Amino acid sequence: MMDQAPVLMIVVPVFASLALTLIGPLGHRAAYGLLIASLSLSLTASLAMLVQVVQTGRAVHYRMGDWMPPMGIELVIDHLSAGVLALVGTCSLLTAIYSLHTARQDNPDRLHHYYALFALLVAGLLGMTAAGDVFNLYVLLEISALSSYGMLARGRGPAYYATFRYLVMGTIGACFYLLGVGYLYIMTGSLNMADLAEILSRPELRESVSVRIGFTLIILGIWIKMALFPLHAWLPNAYSRAGTTTACLIAPLMTKVSVYVMLRMMYTVFSADYVFQQIAWSRLVIFLASAAAVLGMITALSQRDLRKMLTYIIVAEIGYLTGGAWLANTAGYTGAVYHILADGIITLCLFMAVGAIIYRTGESRAAAMQGIFQRMPVTAAVFLVGAASVLGIPPTCGFFSKWYLLQGAVQAGAWVFVAALIIAGLVAAVMFFKLLEKAFFGRLDDLMIEKSNGKPGTAALKIRMDEAPLTMLLPLVFTGAALVGLGIYTNEVVQYLIRWSVPSGI
Amino acid sequence: MFSAAFYQTAPVIALCASLGVVPLIALSRRHPNLREFWTFAAAAVKFSMVLLLAGWILAGNVVEVTLIQVLPELAIRFKVDAFGIVFALVSSFLWIVAAAYTIGYMRGLSEHAQTRFFICFALSLCAAIGVAFSGNLLTLYLFYEMLSLSTYPLVAHHQDKEGRGGSRKYLTFLLGGSVGLVLPAMIILFTLGGNLTFADNIHTGIIPAGTGDTLVTCLFFACLFGFAKNGVMPMHAWLPGAMVAPTPVSALLHAVAVVKVGVFCTTRVMLYVFGIDLMDALNLGIVTAYIVSFTIVTASIIAMTRDNLKARLAYSTISQLSYIILGVALLTPAAVQGGIIHIANHAFAKITLFFCAGAIYVATRKKNISEMGGLGRVMPFTFGAFALASLSMIGAPPVGGFITKWYLLTGALDAGQMAIILVLVASTMLNIVYFAPVTFQAFFGRAPDGETGDTGIREAPLIMVAPIVAAALLSLLAGIFPGVMMQFVRMVIS
Amino acid sequence: MDDLFYFIIAKYNYWASLVLLFIGLYGMIVRNNLMKKIIGMVIFQTAILLFIVSIGVKRGATVPIIEFSADKQPLLEASAYANPLPHVLILTAIVVGVAVLGVALALLQKIQRVHGTIEEDEILEDLRK
Repeated sequence: MMDQAPVLMIVVPVFASLALTLIGPLGHRAAYGLLIASLSLSLTASLAMLVQVVQTGRAVHYRMGDWMPPMGIELVIDHLSAGVLALVGTCSLLTAIYSLHTARQDNPDRLHHYYALFALLVAGLLGMTAAGDVFNLYVLLEISALSSYGMLARGRGPAYYATFRYLVMGTIGACFYLLGVGYLYIMTGSLNMADLAEILSRPELRESVSVRIGFTLIILGIWIKMALFPLHAWLPNAYSRAGTTTACLIAPLMTKVSVYVMLRMMYTVFSADYVFQQIAWSRLVIFLASAAAVLGMITALSQRDLRKMLTYIIVAEIGYLTGGAWLANTAGYTGAVYHILADGIITLCLFMAVGAIIYRTGESRAAAMQGIFQRMPVTAAVFLVGAASVLGIPPTCGFFSKWYLLQGAVQAGAWVFVAALIIAGLVAAVMFFKLLEKAFFGRLDDLMIEKSNGKPGTAALKIRMDEAPLTMLLPLVFTGAALVGLGIYTNEVVQYLIRWSVPSGI
Repeated sequence: MFSAAFYQTAPVIALCASLGVVPLIALSRRHPNLREFWTFAAAAVKFSMVLLLAGWILAGNVVEVTLIQVLPELAIRFKVDAFGIVFALVSSFLWIVAAAYTIGYMRGLSEHAQTRFFICFALSLCAAIGVAFSGNLLTLYLFYEMLSLSTYPLVAHHQDKEGRGGSRKYLTFLLGGSVGLVLPAMIILFTLGGNLTFADNIHTGIIPAGTGDTLVTCLFFACLFGFAKNGVMPMHAWLPGAMVAPTPVSALLHAVAVVKVGVFCTTRVMLYVFGIDLMDALNLGIVTAYIVSFTIVTASIIAMTRDNLKARLAYSTISQLSYIILGVALLTPAAVQGGIIHIANHAFAKITLFFCAGAIYVATRKKNISEMGGLGRVMPFTFGAFALASLSMIGAPPVGGFITKWYLLTGALDAGQMAIILVLVASTMLNIVYFAPVTFQAFFGRAPDGETGDTGIREAPLIMVAPIVAAALLSLLAGIFPGVMMQFVRMVIS
Repeated sequence: MDDLFYFIIAKYNYWASLVLLFIGLYGMIVRNNLMKKIIGMVIFQTAILLFIVSIGVKRGATVPIIEFSADKQPLLEASAYANPLPHVLILTAIVVGVAVLGVALALLQKIQRVHGTIEEDEILEDLRK
């Protein structure tokens, strides 16, 4: 079993997706159960591989059908991908558990079809992360993109047009990537990542214009996919109109996995040496990343809709990640990889909390936050933890990613990025503070304080507690705890996972 | 008395006492008496731990504990030394006093959300002890932020328009300072030397040799203004705004937790990160001394113009806090001692003053000084305590404040800074001008019109008056037996 | 002049796909009608597919099926076979492209039903209401 874990992890959700399209008549509980079962299996497999990779200190190579690379298809799970796989597995399972009420609310009919897309999307994301060759990565990228179009289109209100624009942008991005892969193939005759890396390291290819064009196209394609400023316009529209479950699944994972793909391309296929010596765009990219961080947060601040606010935070976080990846030093790289994990959970946490609030209050404007501390204390507390992570308040994990990113930026002398991180943090503080203030104070006129005949300690606010159902609350609390847990175990994550994946040459 | 291993765990027990009590308070929210018992129990456990540690420290030991290794190069760690224990003693003892008073106040006014109030109270005291015991800058920062967040619901307790404005200002300044200034400074510092652990003495600091002067200066001022809780102008504006909080909170903020944490962090960083030698070499000390001197005088002048008693006390706090920083910034042994001992002296006096303000409010619902004429005759204990604490603020013997002034003046003479001596004298004069009338009015003034005869005003309940008297006596004791605290302060210097 | 001529002629497949690429991009970005956007997208995709297929072309090569002589020796040199990989890849990519097209058309149908139009400016106006 253990030998087959890499493929099982991807194949189980694929088959579950097939089965889910068929079991409509069995009712929504069966679909829900099947989805959870398959994702649990998938998560178990990815965690098992994480343990194996950490214990042995070596990457797991799985050869599909026992065809040897570079001809055969290979799955590679190294320290970098093992962490991202665990993130994808965990987030998707939590979202699946969370979805019991919200998914039905958003998809009253044909829930099983929705869940089929759900499983397919997860399979695509896991496959992208584990893929060992650049072409399969493209196919899996499109699989996850296609299922995400399907899921996003079934959103609240007029989601079709936003999804259509996302589809067009996503296709352009994927096509750029494919064209870049084509260029690399012309020059190297190979698609396997390890093989490509070896061929590309030859001196005669270093100077090649075609390889340069290939790299440019691939990176541009990925930037569109991960919504790096100024290519981000599609993201807020598409994500903010999505249903709660869809947003919880797609928002944390799609962009993070895209960032992972960027790291893969930069450091595994090409090399740090090539990217920073030969291409040498660092200054430009860090400038873009800084702009993304600051402008993303400022735009988020100006939003009235909670969901839209969160989507702009994603845009800003992508800036953090990109900047870290292009700082060309170990601290920056560590920060970027750590922040992939951290930001995945942060985004999930915030979207889940907002989802729970929308579920109970029925509105997604910021006004929905009013009096949340009294009405939904647990949700509000978890939201607070999520907000603290975005701001970077210890001991939440957001602090430690900021720590590494800032350290990397200081080491690299990228003062623009330092300033951007700090300004973005301050803007985020203002934004969350405005929300939490609403949550804490409630509507001033509604807030009638009931004084109880002078008896001590019994005065209470006249607001009844009204938490979300347990299936929503438990995953939510888990993510909140995970934010603090990840922060406290930063040392272990860095020591056992990220340090091993630091590419040579930075 | 105990083994060394015990002393290793004692700081953690002290921290956990105030952290672990939170669920207990939350669970017993329907039983106010049980709930208050938990607060007292935690405060007692914590204080006894700190007391034991103090004895151990006095014997010449230093306790170092690594709590969590959060980063490969950096841990959350505690280091209990003489400097930390001074602050820990003050904050943990005053928690007991404040808890008693708070119960009286909250019940006296039947405030809402008392459970939340006591939880946040415990959390902020937990953060305060964490700051006191911090062994490196990261730990300090962690607890500093924890304090900012856990005191927010306290400041915003009334949940009305005023509370909203005040608490907004509160968090803006505190988070802005820490996230915008301290955090980058800390990371640059770490990048420079790969080390954030506080130095073992106050001379050397941890800045690696050869760091550019400009950079050091920038870092220094980032820390001075970044720890906005210290109330140095222009980062002081949150403090008067935070006055909207219930009086026990003001007392806690001003005397025990928040502002003291601010100055403690500032002085900790000045002495143990930058070090006296470096500050001297770059003339940072004297520049800081002038900056805080400005704060001392300006805040005193503003205090004179305030009629609201709590606002006047708030500006007095801003001015008094800068005494502490001034002492350390003068860099002479006597001045540093004066600065550090003022952490304790100011705490005892200021908590008394705020308690009095609260007791007056509970008994009479009066907030303005001009309305308090003649009140001293019906509330002798409260105003007696107020008078005693005012003396400490002014710096008259035999109260604690005198000790501070003595050391500060000696230190300023040693440093040869005549201007600073003038500032100290001027500020003492100003203190007299704005404190003396309050007591004078209360005892000898006429009651406001329409309040003749028996108005039914009595002393506040015993559970409030007792802490007031206790705190005032503490100020007195600090003046009569300064040696108790000074022995720790001397250890800091040596 | 000759140089330029050869430059264009020698790599005409590159130029052809480049032209298609820009036609597609133009359609996607400039056209107001969503159907035309989809058409642009398909042209854009096809240009890339054509490009990759065209680089697999080898003059005079045969299908990559190894034939053996009687004494179990390969009949042809390896270099006489065409490289099948680009074609295989493009087959997969075509499938992906068709799937995207399908989803796009389905979305377009929904858009038409919800907004009553597939002109972008009218949809935006409709959304603003």
